[in-house]
Amino acid sequence: MRELYQEVILDHGKNPRNFRQPEDANCEARGNNPLCGDQLTVYLKVDEGRLIRDAAFEGRGCAISMASASMMTQIVCGKTVSQVQSLFDKFHKLCTGEMEEFPQDEFTDDMEKLRVMSGVSRFPMRVKCATLSWHTMNAAVAGDNETTTE
Amino acid sequence: MDATLSNIDLQRSNYDVDAIRADFPILASEFNGYPLTFLDSGASAQKPECVLRRMDDVYRRSYANVHRGAYALSQAATDYYEGARKTVARYLNARSDDEIVFTHNVTAAINLVAHSYGRRFMERGDEVIISQMEHHANIVPWQLLRDEIGIELKVAPIDEAGNLLLDQLAEMFSHKTKLVSLTHVSNVLGTIVPIKKVIDLAHERDIPVLIDGAQGIVHTRVDVQDLDAEFYAFTGHKLYGPSGIGVLYGKKDLLNTMPPYQGGGDMIERVTFEKTTYRDAPARFEAGTPPFVEAAGLAAAIDYVDEIGMENISSHEQELLNYATERLNEVDGITIYGEAQHKAGIISFTLDKVHPHDIATIVDSRGVSVRAGHHCAQPLMDWYGVAATTRASFGMYSNKQDVDALVDGLKYVKEIFS
Ligand SMILES: Cc1ncc(COP(=O)(O)O)c(C=O)c1O
Repeated sequence: MRELYQEVILDHGKNPRNFRQPEDANCEARGNNPLCGDQLTVYLKVDEGRLIRDAAFEGRGCAISMASASMMTQIVCGKTVSQVQSLFDKFHKLCTGEMEEFPQDEFTDDMEKLRVMSGVSRFPMRVKCATLSWHTMNAAVAGDNETTTE
Repeated sequence: MDATLSNIDLQRSNYDVDAIRADFPILASEFNGYPLTFLDSGASAQKPECVLRRMDDVYRRSYANVHRGAYALSQAATDYYEGARKTVARYLNARSDDEIVFTHNVTAAINLVAHSYGRRFMERGDEVIISQMEHHANIVPWQLLRDEIGIELKVAPIDEAGNLLLDQLAEMFSHKTKLVSLTHVSNVLGTIVPIKKVIDLAHERDIPVLIDGAQGIVHTRVDVQDLDAEFYAFTGHKLYGPSGIGVLYGKKDLLNTMPPYQGGGDMIERVTFEKTTYRDAPARFEAGTPPFVEAAGLAAAIDYVDEIGMENISSHEQELLNYATERLNEVDGITIYGEAQHKAGIISFTLDKVHPHDIATIVDSRGVSVRAGHHCAQPLMDWYGVAATTRASFGMYSNKQDVDALVDGLKYVKEIFS
Protein backbone atom coordinates (compact mmCIF):
# COMPACT_ATOMS: atom_id res chain seq x y z
CA MET A 1 0.00 0.00 0.00
CA ARG A 2 2.75 2.38 0.93
CA GLU A 3 4.17 1.82 -2.52
CA LEU A 4 0.98 3.17 -4.03
CA TYR A 5 0.42 5.90 -1.50
CA GLN A 6 3.92 7.33 -1.39
CA GLU A 7 4.60 10.47 0.62
CA VAL A 8 4.92 12.54 -2.54
CA ILE A 9 1.49 11.44 -3.69
CA LEU A 10 -0.11 12.07 -0.32
CA ASP A 11 1.49 15.49 -0.21
CA HIS A 12 0.34 16.50 -3.71
CA GLY A 13 -3.05 14.96 -2.98
CA LYS A 14 -3.50 17.05 0.14
CA ASN A 15 -1.94 20.24 -1.17
CA PRO A 16 -2.36 20.18 -4.92
CA ARG A 17 -0.15 22.66 -6.77
CA ASN A 18 -1.60 24.97 -9.41
CA PHE A 19 -5.09 24.35 -8.11
CA ARG A 20 -6.64 27.48 -9.64
CA GLN A 21 -8.32 28.91 -12.69
CA PRO A 22 -5.94 31.23 -14.53
CA GLU A 23 -7.66 34.18 -16.12
CA ASP A 24 -5.57 34.11 -19.26
CA ALA A 25 -5.92 30.43 -20.04
CA ASN A 26 -6.72 29.83 -23.71
CA CYS A 27 -7.25 26.06 -23.67
CA GLU A 28 -9.35 24.12 -21.24
CA ALA A 29 -11.14 20.82 -21.00
CA ARG A 30 -13.21 18.93 -18.49
CA GLY A 31 -12.38 15.34 -17.69
CA ASN A 32 -14.89 12.92 -16.23
CA ASN A 33 -14.42 9.52 -14.78
CA PRO A 34 -17.95 8.13 -15.12
CA LEU A 35 -17.07 5.18 -12.95
CA CYS A 36 -16.54 7.25 -9.83
CA GLY A 37 -18.06 10.58 -10.79
CA ASP A 38 -14.75 12.39 -10.39
CA GLN A 39 -14.31 15.50 -12.45
CA LEU A 40 -11.55 17.92 -13.14
CA THR A 41 -10.89 20.83 -15.42
CA VAL A 42 -7.45 21.49 -16.89
CA TYR A 43 -6.52 25.04 -17.91
CA LEU A 44 -3.59 25.83 -20.18
CA LYS A 45 -2.06 28.91 -21.61
CA VAL A 46 -0.46 27.97 -24.91
CA ASP A 47 1.40 30.55 -26.98
CA GLU A 48 1.73 30.83 -30.75
CA GLY A 49 4.76 28.60 -30.77
CA ARG A 50 2.64 25.86 -29.10
CA LEU A 51 4.60 26.32 -25.91
CA ILE A 52 2.71 25.81 -22.65
CA ARG A 53 3.18 28.95 -20.57
CA ASP A 54 0.89 28.06 -17.71
CA ALA A 55 -0.96 24.96 -16.55
CA ALA A 56 -3.50 24.64 -13.76
CA PHE A 57 -6.50 22.58 -12.74
CA GLU A 58 -9.54 22.42 -10.53
CA GLY A 59 -11.76 19.55 -9.55
CA ARG A 60 -12.35 16.76 -7.14
CA GLY A 61 -11.11 13.24 -6.97
CA CYS A 62 -9.11 10.67 -5.12
CA ALA A 63 -5.59 11.20 -3.83
CA ILE A 64 -4.13 9.53 -6.92
CA SER A 65 -5.98 11.67 -9.44
CA MET A 66 -5.36 14.89 -7.51
CA ALA A 67 -1.67 14.14 -7.10
CA SER A 68 -1.30 13.18 -10.73
CA ALA A 69 -2.98 16.39 -11.90
CA SER A 70 -0.90 18.45 -9.54
CA MET A 71 2.39 16.94 -10.72
CA MET A 72 1.34 17.18 -14.32
CA THR A 73 0.73 20.92 -14.14
CA GLN A 74 4.24 21.37 -12.77
CA ILE A 75 5.86 19.19 -15.38
CA VAL A 76 4.15 20.38 -18.56
CA CYS A 77 4.74 24.05 -17.94
CA GLY A 78 7.51 25.26 -20.26
CA LYS A 79 7.18 22.37 -22.68
CA THR A 80 5.75 22.35 -26.17
CA VAL A 81 2.50 20.61 -26.97
CA SER A 82 4.27 17.92 -28.95
CA GLN A 83 6.72 17.32 -26.10
CA VAL A 84 3.94 16.79 -23.57
CA GLN A 85 2.20 14.45 -25.95
CA SER A 86 5.26 12.22 -26.14
CA LEU A 87 5.65 12.49 -22.40
CA PHE A 88 2.02 11.42 -21.90
CA ASP A 89 2.70 8.41 -24.05
CA LYS A 90 5.55 7.35 -21.77
CA PHE A 91 3.59 8.18 -18.62
CA HIS A 92 0.72 6.04 -19.86
CA LYS A 93 3.07 3.10 -20.38
CA LEU A 94 4.44 3.63 -16.90
CA CYS A 95 0.97 3.57 -15.35
CA THR A 96 -0.21 0.50 -17.18
CA GLY A 97 3.05 -1.31 -16.48
CA GLU A 98 3.67 -1.71 -20.18
CA MET A 99 7.16 -0.27 -19.72
CA GLU A 100 9.23 0.03 -16.58
CA GLU A 101 12.54 1.25 -17.89
CA PHE A 102 12.77 4.17 -20.27
CA PRO A 103 15.73 5.05 -22.50
CA GLN A 104 17.72 8.14 -21.58
CA ASP A 105 16.31 11.13 -23.38
CA GLU A 106 15.11 14.68 -22.83
CA PHE A 107 12.34 13.36 -20.54
CA THR A 108 14.50 11.34 -18.20
CA ASP A 109 14.23 13.78 -15.28
CA ASP A 110 10.48 14.13 -15.68
CA MET A 111 10.00 10.39 -15.83
CA GLU A 112 12.01 10.04 -12.64
CA LYS A 113 9.58 12.37 -10.89
CA LEU A 114 6.56 10.64 -12.38
CA ARG A 115 7.85 7.26 -11.30
CA VAL A 116 6.07 7.69 -7.95
CA MET A 117 2.84 7.06 -9.83
CA SER A 118 4.00 3.71 -11.17
CA GLY A 119 2.39 1.96 -8.18
CA VAL A 120 -0.97 2.15 -9.96
CA SER A 121 0.17 -0.40 -12.52
CA ARG A 122 -0.59 -3.05 -9.92
CA PHE A 123 -4.12 -1.70 -9.47
CA PRO A 124 -5.71 -1.81 -12.94
CA MET A 125 -8.85 -0.11 -11.65
CA ARG A 126 -6.86 2.87 -10.51
CA VAL A 127 -4.89 3.48 -13.70
CA LYS A 128 -7.59 5.83 -14.92
CA CYS A 129 -7.28 7.88 -11.75
CA ALA A 130 -3.65 8.54 -12.61
CA THR A 131 -4.22 9.25 -16.28
CA LEU A 132 -7.43 11.32 -16.14
CA SER A 133 -5.64 14.67 -15.89
CA TRP A 134 -3.30 13.78 -18.74
CA HIS A 135 -6.16 12.69 -20.97
CA THR A 136 -7.90 15.94 -20.12
CA MET A 137 -4.83 18.00 -20.91
CA ASN A 138 -4.51 16.19 -24.21
CA ALA A 139 -8.12 17.03 -24.98
CA ALA A 140 -7.54 20.66 -24.04
CA VAL A 141 -4.67 21.11 -26.49
CA ALA A 142 -6.63 19.25 -29.17
CA GLY A 143 -9.58 21.60 -28.65
CA ASP A 144 -12.00 18.98 -27.26
CA ASN A 145 -13.71 20.48 -24.28
CA GLU A 146 -15.06 17.34 -22.74
CA THR A 147 -13.39 13.99 -22.27
CA THR A 148 -13.95 10.85 -20.30
CA THR A 149 -11.72 8.01 -19.30
CA GLU A 150 -13.98 5.50 -21.02
CA MET B 1 -35.21 -30.63 -5.46
CA ASP B 2 -32.24 -31.46 -3.28
CA ALA B 3 -33.11 -33.22 -0.06
CA THR B 4 -31.03 -30.82 1.98
CA LEU B 5 -30.27 -27.46 0.56
CA SER B 6 -27.94 -26.25 3.20
CA ASN B 7 -25.80 -27.12 6.15
CA ILE B 8 -28.22 -25.39 8.46
CA ASP B 9 -29.59 -27.31 11.35
CA LEU B 10 -33.15 -26.14 11.24
CA GLN B 11 -33.92 -27.43 14.68
CA ARG B 12 -31.73 -24.76 16.13
CA SER B 13 -33.46 -21.51 16.75
CA ASN B 14 -30.20 -19.56 16.77
CA TYR B 15 -29.15 -18.09 13.51
CA ASP B 16 -26.07 -20.10 12.63
CA VAL B 17 -24.05 -17.76 10.50
CA ASP B 18 -21.06 -20.13 10.38
CA ALA B 19 -23.19 -22.86 8.90
CA ILE B 20 -24.54 -20.41 6.34
CA ARG B 21 -21.05 -19.26 5.46
CA ALA B 22 -20.06 -22.86 4.85
CA ASP B 23 -22.70 -22.97 2.10
CA PHE B 24 -20.98 -20.17 0.15
CA PRO B 25 -17.78 -21.58 -1.37
CA ILE B 26 -16.22 -18.20 -2.19
CA LEU B 27 -16.22 -17.12 1.44
CA ALA B 28 -13.46 -19.61 2.15
CA SER B 29 -11.07 -17.83 -0.19
CA GLU B 30 -8.27 -15.42 0.61
CA PHE B 31 -7.44 -12.12 -1.04
CA ASN B 32 -4.14 -10.34 -0.71
CA GLY B 33 -3.22 -12.87 1.97
CA TYR B 34 -6.25 -12.04 4.10
CA PRO B 35 -9.50 -13.98 4.42
CA LEU B 36 -12.18 -12.50 2.19
CA THR B 37 -14.32 -9.91 3.92
CA PHE B 38 -17.10 -9.38 1.44
CA LEU B 39 -19.10 -6.28 2.25
CA ASP B 40 -20.56 -5.52 -1.17
CA SER B 41 -23.60 -7.78 -1.23
CA GLY B 42 -25.74 -4.77 -2.06
CA ALA B 43 -24.07 -4.64 -5.46
CA SER B 44 -24.33 -8.38 -5.94
CA ALA B 45 -24.54 -11.23 -3.47
CA GLN B 46 -22.39 -14.36 -3.38
CA LYS B 47 -23.92 -17.69 -4.37
CA PRO B 48 -24.61 -20.69 -2.20
CA GLU B 49 -23.54 -24.14 -3.32
CA CYS B 50 -27.14 -25.18 -4.10
CA VAL B 51 -27.45 -22.46 -6.74
CA LEU B 52 -24.20 -23.46 -8.40
CA ARG B 53 -25.21 -27.09 -8.28
CA ARG B 54 -28.67 -26.47 -9.68
CA MET B 55 -27.31 -24.59 -12.68
CA ASP B 56 -24.62 -27.17 -13.23
CA ASP B 57 -27.28 -29.88 -13.15
CA VAL B 58 -29.39 -28.17 -15.77
CA TYR B 59 -26.41 -27.75 -18.06
CA ARG B 60 -25.20 -31.30 -17.54
CA ARG B 61 -28.44 -33.23 -17.52
CA SER B 62 -31.41 -31.20 -18.66
CA TYR B 63 -30.20 -28.77 -21.24
CA ALA B 64 -32.14 -27.98 -24.42
CA ASN B 65 -34.08 -24.96 -25.53
CA VAL B 66 -37.32 -24.35 -23.68
CA HIS B 67 -40.85 -24.37 -25.10
CA ARG B 68 -39.62 -25.48 -28.49
CA GLY B 69 -38.86 -29.15 -28.66
CA ALA B 70 -41.24 -32.08 -28.58
CA TYR B 71 -38.66 -34.23 -26.88
CA ALA B 72 -37.90 -35.19 -23.33
CA LEU B 73 -34.82 -33.04 -22.87
CA SER B 74 -36.59 -29.89 -23.95
CA GLN B 75 -39.42 -30.79 -21.64
CA ALA B 76 -36.99 -31.21 -18.75
CA ALA B 77 -35.51 -27.76 -19.35
CA THR B 78 -39.00 -26.27 -19.72
CA ASP B 79 -39.98 -27.85 -16.42
CA TYR B 80 -37.08 -26.14 -14.74
CA TYR B 81 -38.01 -22.82 -16.25
CA GLU B 82 -41.72 -22.99 -15.52
CA GLY B 83 -40.97 -24.52 -12.14
CA ALA B 84 -38.86 -21.46 -11.37
CA ARG B 85 -41.81 -19.26 -12.26
CA LYS B 86 -43.92 -21.18 -9.76
CA THR B 87 -41.25 -20.81 -7.10
CA VAL B 88 -41.10 -17.05 -7.61
CA ALA B 89 -44.90 -16.76 -7.66
CA ARG B 90 -45.16 -18.74 -4.45
CA TYR B 91 -42.40 -16.76 -2.78
CA LEU B 92 -44.05 -13.44 -3.65
CA ASN B 93 -47.52 -14.82 -2.91
CA ALA B 94 -48.70 -13.86 -6.38
CA ARG B 95 -52.21 -14.93 -7.35
CA SER B 96 -50.97 -16.69 -10.45
CA ASP B 97 -47.76 -17.86 -12.09
CA ASP B 98 -48.81 -15.74 -15.06
CA GLU B 99 -48.02 -12.64 -13.06
CA ILE B 100 -44.31 -13.46 -13.09
CA VAL B 101 -42.39 -12.16 -16.10
CA PHE B 102 -38.75 -13.13 -16.31
CA THR B 103 -36.39 -10.42 -17.52
CA HIS B 104 -32.64 -10.05 -17.47
CA ASN B 105 -32.44 -7.83 -14.39
CA VAL B 106 -34.47 -5.22 -12.56
CA THR B 107 -33.27 -2.55 -14.97
CA ALA B 108 -34.87 -4.46 -17.85
CA ALA B 109 -38.05 -4.90 -15.81
CA ILE B 110 -38.39 -1.16 -15.18
CA ASN B 111 -37.62 -0.39 -18.82
CA LEU B 112 -40.29 -2.89 -19.80
CA VAL B 113 -42.88 -0.99 -17.77
CA ALA B 114 -41.70 2.39 -19.06
CA HIS B 115 -41.88 1.24 -22.66
CA SER B 116 -44.96 -0.86 -22.63
CA TYR B 117 -47.13 0.57 -19.87
CA GLY B 118 -45.79 4.08 -20.36
CA ARG B 119 -46.39 4.25 -24.08
CA ARG B 120 -49.84 2.73 -23.84
CA PHE B 121 -51.20 4.69 -20.89
CA MET B 122 -49.30 7.96 -20.75
CA GLU B 123 -49.32 11.03 -22.89
CA ARG B 124 -47.75 14.46 -23.00
CA GLY B 125 -48.11 16.29 -19.68
CA ASP B 126 -48.73 13.16 -17.62
CA GLU B 127 -46.58 12.71 -14.56
CA VAL B 128 -44.49 9.95 -13.08
CA ILE B 129 -43.40 10.40 -9.47
CA ILE B 130 -40.11 8.98 -8.25
CA SER B 131 -38.06 9.88 -5.17
CA GLN B 132 -34.83 11.65 -4.40
CA MET B 133 -33.12 8.37 -3.56
CA GLU B 134 -33.68 6.34 -6.71
CA HIS B 135 -31.08 4.25 -8.45
CA HIS B 136 -30.35 5.39 -12.00
CA ALA B 137 -32.33 2.33 -13.12
CA ASN B 138 -35.49 4.02 -11.83
CA ILE B 139 -34.64 7.46 -13.19
CA VAL B 140 -33.24 7.10 -16.68
CA PRO B 141 -36.03 4.93 -18.19
CA TRP B 142 -38.51 7.67 -17.24
CA GLN B 143 -36.30 10.37 -18.67
CA LEU B 144 -36.14 8.46 -21.94
CA LEU B 145 -39.93 8.31 -21.92
CA ARG B 146 -40.07 12.00 -21.09
CA ASP B 147 -37.86 12.83 -24.04
CA GLU B 148 -39.91 10.61 -26.28
CA ILE B 149 -43.52 11.43 -25.39
CA GLY B 150 -43.29 14.47 -23.14
CA ILE B 151 -44.24 13.13 -19.72
CA GLU B 152 -42.99 14.93 -16.66
CA LEU B 153 -40.85 13.49 -13.93
CA LYS B 154 -41.60 14.61 -10.37
CA VAL B 155 -39.25 13.91 -7.51
CA ALA B 156 -40.58 13.27 -4.01
CA PRO B 157 -38.31 14.70 -1.32
CA ILE B 158 -36.57 13.03 1.60
CA ASP B 159 -35.32 14.45 4.88
CA GLU B 160 -31.69 14.65 5.95
CA ALA B 161 -31.89 11.25 7.65
CA GLY B 162 -33.08 9.69 4.42
CA ASN B 163 -36.78 9.21 5.24
CA LEU B 164 -39.20 9.66 2.37
CA LEU B 165 -41.53 12.59 3.12
CA LEU B 166 -44.90 10.92 2.69
CA ASP B 167 -47.06 13.98 3.17
CA GLN B 168 -45.19 15.88 0.53
CA LEU B 169 -45.35 12.90 -1.76
CA ALA B 170 -49.13 12.70 -1.34
CA GLU B 171 -49.43 16.39 -2.10
CA MET B 172 -47.78 15.80 -5.45
CA PHE B 173 -50.57 13.49 -6.61
CA SER B 174 -52.85 14.93 -9.25
CA HIS B 175 -55.11 13.76 -12.03
CA LYS B 176 -52.02 13.85 -14.22
CA THR B 177 -50.11 11.35 -12.08
CA LYS B 178 -49.98 8.14 -14.05
CA LEU B 179 -47.50 6.18 -11.97
CA VAL B 180 -45.56 6.29 -8.74
CA SER B 181 -42.26 4.45 -9.19
CA LEU B 182 -40.29 4.02 -5.99
CA THR B 183 -37.45 2.07 -4.55
CA HIS B 184 -38.35 -0.27 -1.69
CA VAL B 185 -34.99 0.09 0.01
CA SER B 186 -32.38 2.73 -0.82
CA ASN B 187 -29.21 1.11 -2.10
CA VAL B 188 -27.17 3.99 -0.65
CA LEU B 189 -28.87 4.98 2.60
CA GLY B 190 -30.44 1.66 3.52
CA THR B 191 -33.79 3.40 4.12
CA ILE B 192 -36.68 0.94 4.13
CA VAL B 193 -39.45 2.95 2.49
CA PRO B 194 -42.92 2.35 3.95
CA ILE B 195 -44.15 1.28 0.54
CA LYS B 196 -47.39 -0.19 1.83
CA LYS B 197 -48.41 3.28 3.02
CA VAL B 198 -47.36 4.86 -0.26
CA ILE B 199 -49.31 2.27 -2.22
CA ASP B 200 -52.43 2.84 -0.12
CA LEU B 201 -52.13 6.60 -0.54
CA ALA B 202 -51.66 6.26 -4.30
CA HIS B 203 -54.56 3.85 -4.61
CA GLU B 204 -56.88 6.33 -2.91
CA ARG B 205 -56.30 8.36 -6.05
CA ASP B 206 -56.32 5.34 -8.37
CA ILE B 207 -52.67 5.82 -9.16
CA PRO B 208 -50.75 2.64 -9.96
CA VAL B 209 -47.42 1.93 -8.28
CA LEU B 210 -44.20 0.26 -9.41
CA ILE B 211 -41.75 -0.81 -6.72
CA ASP B 212 -38.05 -1.21 -7.51
CA GLY B 213 -37.44 -4.13 -5.19
CA ALA B 214 -33.77 -4.68 -6.11
CA GLN B 215 -32.76 -4.13 -2.48
CA GLY B 216 -36.17 -4.65 -0.89
CA ILE B 217 -36.47 -8.31 -1.83
CA VAL B 218 -33.10 -9.03 -0.24
CA HIS B 219 -33.79 -7.55 3.16
CA THR B 220 -37.53 -7.90 3.71
CA ARG B 221 -40.31 -10.41 3.17
CA VAL B 222 -42.42 -9.37 0.20
CA ASP B 223 -46.06 -10.37 -0.22
CA VAL B 224 -47.41 -8.82 -3.39
CA GLN B 225 -51.06 -9.40 -2.50
CA ASP B 226 -50.64 -7.70 0.81
CA LEU B 227 -48.70 -4.81 -0.75
CA ASP B 228 -51.10 -4.60 -3.67
CA ALA B 229 -48.61 -2.75 -5.92
CA GLU B 230 -49.32 -3.00 -9.61
CA PHE B 231 -45.70 -3.91 -10.31
CA TYR B 232 -42.85 -5.19 -8.18
CA ALA B 233 -39.48 -5.67 -9.88
CA PHE B 234 -36.28 -7.26 -8.64
CA THR B 235 -33.02 -8.71 -9.80
CA GLY B 236 -31.82 -12.26 -9.14
CA HIS B 237 -28.14 -11.67 -8.53
CA LYS B 238 -28.70 -9.67 -5.36
CA LEU B 239 -30.91 -12.42 -3.96
CA TYR B 240 -28.08 -14.98 -4.04
CA GLY B 241 -29.11 -16.10 -7.52
CA PRO B 242 -27.18 -15.86 -10.77
CA SER B 243 -26.68 -12.75 -12.88
CA GLY B 244 -28.77 -12.39 -16.01
CA ILE B 245 -32.18 -13.00 -14.46
CA GLY B 246 -34.72 -10.52 -13.15
CA VAL B 247 -38.39 -10.58 -12.32
CA LEU B 248 -41.26 -8.28 -13.07
CA TYR B 249 -44.33 -9.11 -11.04
CA GLY B 250 -47.39 -7.41 -12.49
CA LYS B 251 -51.09 -7.75 -11.88
CA LYS B 252 -52.36 -10.11 -14.53
CA ASP B 253 -55.19 -8.00 -15.93
CA LEU B 254 -52.86 -5.07 -16.23
CA LEU B 255 -50.11 -7.06 -17.93
CA ASN B 256 -52.57 -8.29 -20.51
CA THR B 257 -53.55 -4.75 -21.46
CA MET B 258 -49.95 -3.85 -22.14
CA PRO B 259 -48.40 -4.17 -25.60
CA PRO B 260 -45.25 -6.28 -26.11
CA TYR B 261 -41.95 -4.64 -25.32
CA GLN B 262 -39.80 -6.65 -27.67
CA GLY B 263 -40.85 -8.82 -30.57
CA GLY B 264 -39.61 -12.23 -31.56
CA GLY B 265 -40.07 -15.91 -30.95
CA ASP B 266 -42.11 -17.39 -28.09
CA MET B 267 -44.24 -14.30 -27.55
CA ILE B 268 -46.58 -14.78 -30.49
CA GLU B 269 -49.80 -16.63 -31.11
CA ARG B 270 -49.65 -16.51 -34.86
CA VAL B 271 -47.45 -14.65 -37.28
CA THR B 272 -48.20 -13.72 -40.87
CA PHE B 273 -46.48 -10.92 -42.73
CA GLU B 274 -49.67 -8.91 -42.49
CA LYS B 275 -50.51 -9.39 -38.86
CA THR B 276 -49.24 -10.99 -35.71
CA THR B 277 -51.19 -11.77 -32.59
CA TYR B 278 -49.52 -11.98 -29.22
CA ARG B 279 -49.79 -14.42 -26.40
CA ASP B 280 -50.95 -13.39 -22.97
CA ALA B 281 -48.56 -12.46 -20.22
CA PRO B 282 -46.01 -13.56 -19.24
CA ALA B 283 -45.10 -15.07 -22.65
CA ARG B 284 -45.93 -11.77 -24.38
CA PHE B 285 -43.02 -10.12 -22.61
CA GLU B 286 -40.51 -12.92 -23.01
CA ALA B 287 -39.39 -12.68 -26.61
CA GLY B 288 -36.55 -14.96 -27.58
CA THR B 289 -34.77 -17.70 -25.66
CA PRO B 290 -35.10 -16.74 -22.02
CA PRO B 291 -32.41 -17.06 -19.33
CA PHE B 292 -33.84 -20.38 -18.25
CA VAL B 293 -30.76 -21.82 -16.58
CA GLU B 294 -30.52 -18.61 -14.60
CA ALA B 295 -34.19 -18.92 -13.70
CA ALA B 296 -33.50 -22.39 -12.33
CA GLY B 297 -30.59 -20.96 -10.34
CA LEU B 298 -32.81 -18.20 -8.98
CA ALA B 299 -35.39 -20.74 -7.89
CA ALA B 300 -32.69 -22.61 -5.97
CA ALA B 301 -31.63 -19.35 -4.33
CA ILE B 302 -35.21 -18.58 -3.31
CA ASP B 303 -35.67 -22.05 -1.87
CA TYR B 304 -32.49 -21.55 0.09
CA VAL B 305 -33.53 -18.13 1.39
CA ASP B 306 -36.93 -19.51 2.27
CA GLU B 307 -35.42 -22.39 4.18
CA ILE B 308 -33.40 -20.03 6.34
CA GLY B 309 -36.30 -17.61 6.51
CA MET B 310 -36.28 -13.99 5.38
CA GLU B 311 -37.42 -12.89 8.86
CA ASN B 312 -34.34 -14.57 10.36
CA ILE B 313 -32.07 -13.06 7.75
CA SER B 314 -33.54 -9.61 8.36
CA SER B 315 -33.09 -9.75 12.09
CA HIS B 316 -29.53 -11.03 11.71
CA GLU B 317 -28.75 -8.14 9.38
CA GLN B 318 -30.42 -5.72 11.75
CA GLU B 319 -28.20 -6.85 14.57
CA LEU B 320 -25.18 -6.52 12.34
CA LEU B 321 -26.24 -3.06 11.19
CA ASN B 322 -26.50 -1.91 14.79
CA TYR B 323 -23.11 -3.38 15.58
CA ALA B 324 -21.55 -1.79 12.49
CA THR B 325 -23.08 1.60 13.21
CA GLU B 326 -21.69 1.49 16.70
CA ARG B 327 -18.25 0.35 15.64
CA LEU B 328 -17.96 2.79 12.75
CA ASN B 329 -18.93 5.65 15.00
CA GLU B 330 -15.84 4.81 17.08
CA VAL B 331 -13.66 5.79 14.13
CA ASP B 332 -12.69 9.46 14.25
CA GLY B 333 -13.82 11.45 11.26
CA ILE B 334 -16.63 9.12 10.15
CA THR B 335 -19.85 10.57 8.78
CA ILE B 336 -22.67 8.09 8.18
CA TYR B 337 -25.21 8.90 5.47
CA GLY B 338 -28.67 7.56 6.08
CA GLU B 339 -30.19 7.42 9.52
CA ALA B 340 -33.75 6.59 8.63
CA GLN B 341 -36.07 5.09 11.22
CA HIS B 342 -36.14 1.79 9.40
CA LYS B 343 -32.94 0.72 7.74
CA ALA B 344 -31.70 -2.43 6.05
CA GLY B 345 -28.15 -3.78 6.21
CA ILE B 346 -26.55 -1.05 4.14
CA ILE B 347 -24.27 1.62 5.54
CA SER B 348 -22.73 4.50 3.60
CA PHE B 349 -20.09 6.76 5.03
CA THR B 350 -17.25 9.15 4.41
CA LEU B 351 -14.03 9.33 6.39
CA ASP B 352 -12.37 12.70 6.92
CA LYS B 353 -11.44 14.05 3.54
CA VAL B 354 -10.16 10.74 2.25
CA HIS B 355 -11.71 9.90 -1.08
CA PRO B 356 -13.82 6.70 -1.06
CA HIS B 357 -11.74 5.23 -3.88
CA ASP B 358 -8.63 5.50 -1.80
CA ILE B 359 -10.47 3.91 1.11
CA ALA B 360 -11.67 1.02 -1.05
CA THR B 361 -8.20 0.36 -2.46
CA ILE B 362 -6.54 0.46 0.94
CA VAL B 363 -9.05 -1.76 2.76
CA ASP B 364 -8.96 -4.14 -0.22
CA SER B 365 -5.29 -4.69 0.52
CA ARG B 366 -6.58 -6.21 3.79
CA GLY B 367 -9.07 -8.43 1.98
CA VAL B 368 -12.07 -6.14 2.56
CA SER B 369 -14.38 -5.54 -0.43
CA VAL B 370 -16.49 -2.39 -0.18
CA ARG B 371 -18.10 -0.23 -2.79
CA ALA B 372 -16.86 3.30 -3.42
CA GLY B 373 -18.49 5.84 -5.66
CA HIS B 374 -21.89 7.29 -6.43
CA HIS B 375 -23.67 3.92 -6.30
CA CYS B 376 -25.65 4.76 -9.44
CA ALA B 377 -27.54 7.39 -7.47
CA GLN B 378 -25.89 10.64 -8.52
CA PRO B 379 -28.94 12.86 -7.81
CA LEU B 380 -28.90 11.58 -4.23
CA MET B 381 -25.17 12.27 -3.91
CA ASP B 382 -25.71 15.78 -5.26
CA TRP B 383 -28.50 16.31 -2.74
CA TYR B 384 -26.13 15.44 0.09
CA GLY B 385 -23.39 17.45 -1.58
CA VAL B 386 -20.90 14.61 -1.73
CA ALA B 387 -19.23 13.22 -4.83
CA ALA B 388 -18.99 9.72 -3.50
CA THR B 389 -19.31 7.59 -0.39
CA THR B 390 -17.95 4.27 0.74
CA ARG B 391 -20.62 1.65 1.28
CA ALA B 392 -20.64 -1.56 3.26
CA SER B 393 -23.64 -3.80 2.67
CA PHE B 394 -24.48 -7.08 4.33
CA GLY B 395 -25.77 -10.39 3.18
CA MET B 396 -27.14 -13.30 5.15
CA TYR B 397 -23.57 -14.61 5.58
CA SER B 398 -22.03 -11.39 6.90
CA ASN B 399 -20.78 -11.49 10.46
CA LYS B 400 -19.23 -9.35 13.15
CA GLN B 401 -15.72 -10.31 12.04
CA ASP B 402 -16.51 -8.67 8.70
CA VAL B 403 -17.39 -5.46 10.47
CA ASP B 404 -14.27 -5.68 12.64
CA ALA B 405 -12.10 -6.21 9.57
CA LEU B 406 -13.63 -3.11 7.98
CA VAL B 407 -13.00 -1.02 11.08
CA ASP B 408 -9.39 -2.24 11.22
CA GLY B 409 -9.06 -1.41 7.54
CA LEU B 410 -10.32 2.11 8.15
CA LYS B 411 -7.77 2.54 10.90
CA TYR B 412 -5.11 1.56 8.40
CA VAL B 413 -6.50 4.17 5.98
CA LYS B 414 -6.13 6.80 8.67
CA GLU B 415 -2.60 5.65 9.37
CA ILE B 416 -1.63 6.07 5.72
CA PHE B 417 -3.31 9.45 5.41
CA SER B 418 -2.21 10.76 8.80
C1 LIG C 1 -32.26 0.02 -5.84
C2 LIG C 1 -31.66 -0.58 -7.07
N1 LIG C 1 -32.32 -0.51 -8.24
C3 LIG C 1 -31.81 -1.04 -9.36
C4 LIG C 1 -30.61 -1.68 -9.39
C5 LIG C 1 -30.10 -2.25 -10.69
O1 LIG C 1 -29.98 -3.63 -10.65
P1 LIG C 1 -29.56 -4.41 -11.97
O2 LIG C 1 -28.27 -3.82 -12.39
O3 LIG C 1 -29.44 -5.83 -11.57
O4 LIG C 1 -30.62 -4.19 -12.99
C6 LIG C 1 -29.88 -1.77 -8.20
C7 LIG C 1 -28.55 -2.41 -8.13
O5 LIG C 1 -27.60 -2.12 -8.76
C8 LIG C 1 -30.41 -1.20 -7.03
O6 LIG C 1 -29.73 -1.25 -5.88
